[in-house]
Amino acid sequence: MKTDELVALLAARAEPVPRHAAARRFAFALAVSLPLSIAVMALEYGVRRDLVQTMFWPMFWIKLLFPACIAVAGFVVVQRLARPGVRVRAAWLGLAVPVLLVWAMGLVTWLMAPVDERSAMVWGQTWRTCVFNIALIALPVFVASLVALKSLAPTQPALAGAAAGAMSAGAGAAVYALHCPELAAPFLAIWYVIGMALPVVAGALIGHRVLRW
Amino acid sequence: MSKSDAETVLHDLFVRGLDGDAVAYRDFLQKLSAHLRAFLARRLFGWPDEVEDLVQECLLAMHNQRHTYQSDQPLTAWVHAIARYKMIDLLRSKAGREALNDPLDDDVAVFAESATEASDARRDLAGLLESLPDRHRLPIVHVKLQGLSVAETARLTGMSESAVKVGIHRGLKALALKIGKSSS
Repeated sequence: MKTDELVALLAARAEPVPRHAAARRFAFALAVSLPLSIAVMALEYGVRRDLVQTMFWPMFWIKLLFPACIAVAGFVVVQRLARPGVRVRAAWLGLAVPVLLVWAMGLVTWLMAPVDERSAMVWGQTWRTCVFNIALIALPVFVASLVALKSLAPTQPALAGAAAGAMSAGAGAAVYALHCPELAAPFLAIWYVIGMALPVVAGALIGHRVLRW
Repeated sequence: MSKSDAETVLHDLFVRGLDGDAVAYRDFLQKLSAHLRAFLARRLFGWPDEVEDLVQECLLAMHNQRHTYQSDQPLTAWVHAIARYKMIDLLRSKAGREALNDPLDDDVAVFAESATEASDARRDLAGLLESLPDRHRLPIVHVKLQGLSVAETARLTGMSESAVKVGIHRGLKALALKIGKSSS
């Protein structure tokens, strides 16, 4: 087939194309998968019984808003990476700054705490399960965002997969925070960050393989 | 035509094409293929035979991914990113590492030249089209090649109108996939 024929073929009966496809597809993916994540959390783990009380503690809000910031930044980054020729620019900061702030907060809290309370702050009561729980709750959003990404055109598949992982990790950890009994900043700085790193790494590895187009 | 003129003209045609103006879209693809040809020929001087195949592959990819373009974005950047992605794919499958040392980062150069003289594509796109299943191939052949309407094609093939539209859409994606497989 000659190129002119291909051009004629592609242009014949061109239909209008909806705008802002990338942002809309990720928003749709979230709308479908976030309720699933919440259901996994509510049914498998259960919402904290003292949720109303905890709402008066600043640490609860930090635990909720820190991953939520990562989710929002991940959304911005992934929908940029899904479109050819769009640079991510300052949106990277939205992923990096919350983590750095929580690390700083965790370190300061740890240093200021009496020595015999330090290990409790780091390990809490749930460090064994926290990482895995966050990854599991993030899974529905993870799958949905990779499906959305597959319908778009990431020119850096591994990076785009990692960003989709970051979005789902943030969403998953924010949902998990409604269950999680821990309230120490060092715990958050270590185990939440590791839990959120899992989907990011998985996204990079899977993205590299399945997101080629 | 200078680079920024080309950007303005192509951007205008493309945006009208995205709104459903088939004439503008065809004009856009035609001009775009000339730019792609010049752009790729300069970078694939080692493999002149590959140029036309890659032009076609890029056109098909850009058509299939046209929903990822937002009109506030420079068209040059979008076109360049896709052309570069497809070219790296080809170089990777072809020559391995050393070919990647070519300077690929001059992102403004894609509209700098234009070559309308098409050599023959070596890959037989028509043959690949033949290998698609009927539910994809027939809508493409009737609507896109013979210019029938979606309704006429639906009547002719016994498919529903939405199946015809989906068939065209999926068929072109499948074609792009087959190209990817046939070249690597």
